[in-house]
Amino acid sequence: MRPEPRLIEVRKNVLKQNDVVARSLRDRFRYAGVFVVSLVSSPGSGKTAFLEKTLTFLRPNYRVAALVGDLATENDASRLARSEAPVKQITTGTLCHLEAAMVQSALDGWDLNQLDFLFIENVGNLVCPSSYDLGEDLRLVLMSVTEGEDKPLKYPTIFNSADVTVVTKVDLAVAVEFSWETAYNNILAVRPGMPVFKLSAKTGEGMEEYLRFLAARLIESRQAAAV
Amino acid sequence: MHELSIAISIVELAEQEAERRGVQIDAVHLKLGALSGVVKDALLSCYEMACENTPLQGSRLAVEEVPVVIFCRRCWAQRPLSSVQLFCCPECGTPSSEIVQGKELEVVALEIQECAPNPV
Repeated sequence: MRPEPRLIEVRKNVLKQNDVVARSLRDRFRYAGVFVVSLVSSPGSGKTAFLEKTLTFLRPNYRVAALVGDLATENDASRLARSEAPVKQITTGTLCHLEAAMVQSALDGWDLNQLDFLFIENVGNLVCPSSYDLGEDLRLVLMSVTEGEDKPLKYPTIFNSADVTVVTKVDLAVAVEFSWETAYNNILAVRPGMPVFKLSAKTGEGMEEYLRFLAARLIESRQAAAV
Repeated sequence: MHELSIAISIVELAEQEAERRGVQIDAVHLKLGALSGVVKDALLSCYEMACENTPLQGSRLAVEEVPVVIFCRRCWAQRPLSSVQLFCCPECGTPSSEIVQGKELEVVALEIQECAPNPV
């Protein structure tokens, strides 16, 4: 007899394992009252400088900490340590993105109740991190003016998966003839209604507005958790 | 390139199902959303690699690509997008970020070989 092909239904999410861990992290963050922000961008867009400034500015008023993903070095963690906030490096080896389980084990031994904000800096990559939920409250995608206005159109998946866009290095905008209007339209084309900030971590321009936004989101999230 | 680790997850998932049901797998049917962040061609070549030295060696990965569908509040209807670079209703042009489908990365079915019992 000839064998006959038969289909059996399965319906299983391939990334279920990651999603389960991410969900339990999200519950843990909410319970502890810590607001978690993840940062994604291409390499060299200024994530670390931006995060260093963010931690430095928030530290007088909030309890802040950061996890940083890097392929091989611990340079980012050393740079961020200058902000005097607790920083832990996650070295991913050859892996191009962070997964929820890596965040979970990096947080081992941390008392999340002692934190207001936790920042998770992903590996510099605009492709792979988009598929992995890390349990964050807010996913922030960065693009620098030197990368060009069409970044959102080239990487629509990650921009669409993000909650906020931050355009960095605006102090260089004139030199590279960056068109803010074009960039803004491109961002909104792939993610209508997304909040967009433009700033320079170097000069501090635009940082205040963005920090006010974060502070407001922390309050909102705690109010939502209390209901 | 995270397609290899995704391919390995698919193979592991299928292997577990095959073992549980005591069947041999010919093909794995996968739904792949345009917003899944996974590239079909890369996934297909990684799948072959991931199958090596497993019971799934020689099996196929059948990928069904799923377009993005948004909900348009103005038309009050679901609309498929022709491009992931423009999240606007293709009928009336209203922007929308309400995604109804397009993020799938899901094993939907397994194709197995079933031998009919031999006539005595």
